[in-house]
Amino acid sequence: MNIFTGVRGTAWFRVLTGQAAAMPGDPHSVLTADAPLGTDHARFLCVVPDPHARFPCARQGQVGLEEAYTLASRVREVIELDKNTATKRPIIAIVDVKSQAYGRREETAAIFLAGAAAADAYGSARLAGHPVIALVVGHAISGGFLTHGYQANRILAFDDDGVMIHAMHREAAARITRRSVEELDKLGKTIAPLSYDIKDYAKLGLLYKLLHVENPETPSANEILTVKNEVIAAIADARSKPVDLRSRRESPGALQTRKGTILVRAKLEEQWRQA
Amino acid sequence: MIPSRDRTNFLNRQSFLELDARGRAASLFDEGTSRELVGPFDRIESPWLAIQDVTPQEDDGCVVMKGKIAGKASVVVALEGAFQGGSMGEVSGEKMTAALDLACADSEKGVPTSAVILLETGGVRLQEANLGLASVAEIMASILTLRKHAPVICVSAGTVGCFGGMAFAAGLSSYIVLTREARLGLNGPEVIEQESGIDEWDSGDRALVFAINGGEQRYAMGLADALVEDDTPQIVNAVRRFIAKGLPPIHRSSQVELYRRRIGALDTSRQWDPSELRRAWGTNGSKEDNR
Amino acid sequence: MEQIEFDYPAKRKVSRRAHVGVVGSGGLEVLLEPGEGERSRVFIRTSVHGFRDTWKAVLDRFFSKYDGVVRIQINDAGGTPGSVMLRLEQAVEESEQ
Repeated sequence: MNIFTGVRGTAWFRVLTGQAAAMPGDPHSVLTADAPLGTDHARFLCVVPDPHARFPCARQGQVGLEEAYTLASRVREVIELDKNTATKRPIIAIVDVKSQAYGRREETAAIFLAGAAAADAYGSARLAGHPVIALVVGHAISGGFLTHGYQANRILAFDDDGVMIHAMHREAAARITRRSVEELDKLGKTIAPLSYDIKDYAKLGLLYKLLHVENPETPSANEILTVKNEVIAAIADARSKPVDLRSRRESPGALQTRKGTILVRAKLEEQWRQA
Repeated sequence: MIPSRDRTNFLNRQSFLELDARGRAASLFDEGTSRELVGPFDRIESPWLAIQDVTPQEDDGCVVMKGKIAGKASVVVALEGAFQGGSMGEVSGEKMTAALDLACADSEKGVPTSAVILLETGGVRLQEANLGLASVAEIMASILTLRKHAPVICVSAGTVGCFGGMAFAAGLSSYIVLTREARLGLNGPEVIEQESGIDEWDSGDRALVFAINGGEQRYAMGLADALVEDDTPQIVNAVRRFIAKGLPPIHRSSQVELYRRRIGALDTSRQWDPSELRRAWGTNGSKEDNR
Repeated sequence: MEQIEFDYPAKRKVSRRAHVGVVGSGGLEVLLEPGEGERSRVFIRTSVHGFRDTWKAVLDRFFSKYDGVVRIQINDAGGTPGSVMLRLEQAVEESEQ
């Protein structure tokens, strides 16, 4: 497990916005800031660890109940603010999350709905014309990523081994599939969707771009500028294309590794028209 | 002693749980109006299972049927809980996404087409990890676009219930129909015990998962729209009723300020008895639903 | 996966296809379709290796009673001989409805 989970999120939030705080009244685990980005004024959001969070199972960078509803609230706020504006401001999800929160309070109080509410907000913003960009600077795991980032128009990620996008952490996955971690890693080398290596994830065609940053925890001024420009480019690309997620299955990577996806959609479309 | 009327009803009921995904999907349609799309004979199976020595299924555990329900154009997407725990893989996920998108396209062209999703699933199929996870995100996106035009109804009857990322899909839907045997939650008992310890959740305590995630509890908390018996006609009627009803004035997942307040009001210093949340959040009685 | 193939002489033309079963653990699915010529062919894919003889015994018995010209595909995750026979019989029944 990445011992830096949450550190990178805070660091990149700070270097991209000049701020690092929650909005008044919000839990400290959700950083929100409005800051210039190119010619836009963008809203940035990040979920970070809060050892004093009200919910004991959401203190290490998990996306729990409060995090999910706060994200939903802050995203809906900009949808409302821009509802009569022609150009919708970008929404940037800086992603470095351990996972969703695993707890009895969370299940009792319906975390499934909380995560849905956050995804609803992000997805609705995208459909309303806001360019939603996910910048994966650390971990993006399972329900945490589904809630915060995976509804984005475009996903960017750093390319070092502190970055991981996956459905389940290695140790848990090994336990459940009754394999060793080494066996899992070996499997990942030939079966791209299983790999824990972000460079293999990039082959799936879901990422807009993989970014190389030499010092991801303490980036130089140049590196920060480069990343900003890449995010700005992603925003422009999102604005120039349809607001749905078709780019994830039409990309060069998808044409190579999501052939099953492409085939089944084509077949379904063909048979639907006949039905 | 069961009153004789109830006993007769019990004996006459047609179990929905005993049907497989195909049987469940077929049961929902108006007689003679349904057709399966991309069925087993199209042989679009998972590209990832056989190479891991896991036997694939020709429909990849997802059944898509198109037809009419209560006279209205509808598509049903049913997950087969007995195959790989109803988990989402590349192909099963895309069958669902594409079906939702096609329903949306028809709706935009003037034929509102509802979607009914039968959720018996543990979430992402680990043997397909990142493609399974991505497909859940895409399903969620497609539910959001379709539900602007026509209702998306999620039904979970059991025995698998609805866990993992697909619980988010249920949360995004227009209406949720549950039986008492169903459970709806993000994380199952074993993974909570693993991640947060046995004091947080003893996965051996079978009653606990139903007390917290069970259909009756969810309904009583106002998080599901109908609680039905394991009886096919009852389930069909609930689905028909929601299709006829059309879109709700506001979707549950959009009611952010309401739920934010509710979460804020919780005393997090202790665990709660689930009945406390029935009282605090519930508007549904134990028999009738009022939505 | 272990792949096993068999073929048997057959005579009677069959017109309908049938599908039964779910590939649960201990389960199998059977896809039965009209075949060609005068032979029936069976294609088995199983995650349980080393039981070719058992499969042959079941299929020999099945085809001693069934004379349709068919192509049968089986995806198996550990079905018992009894459940294999049951699914084959169900597939035949469905194809003759």
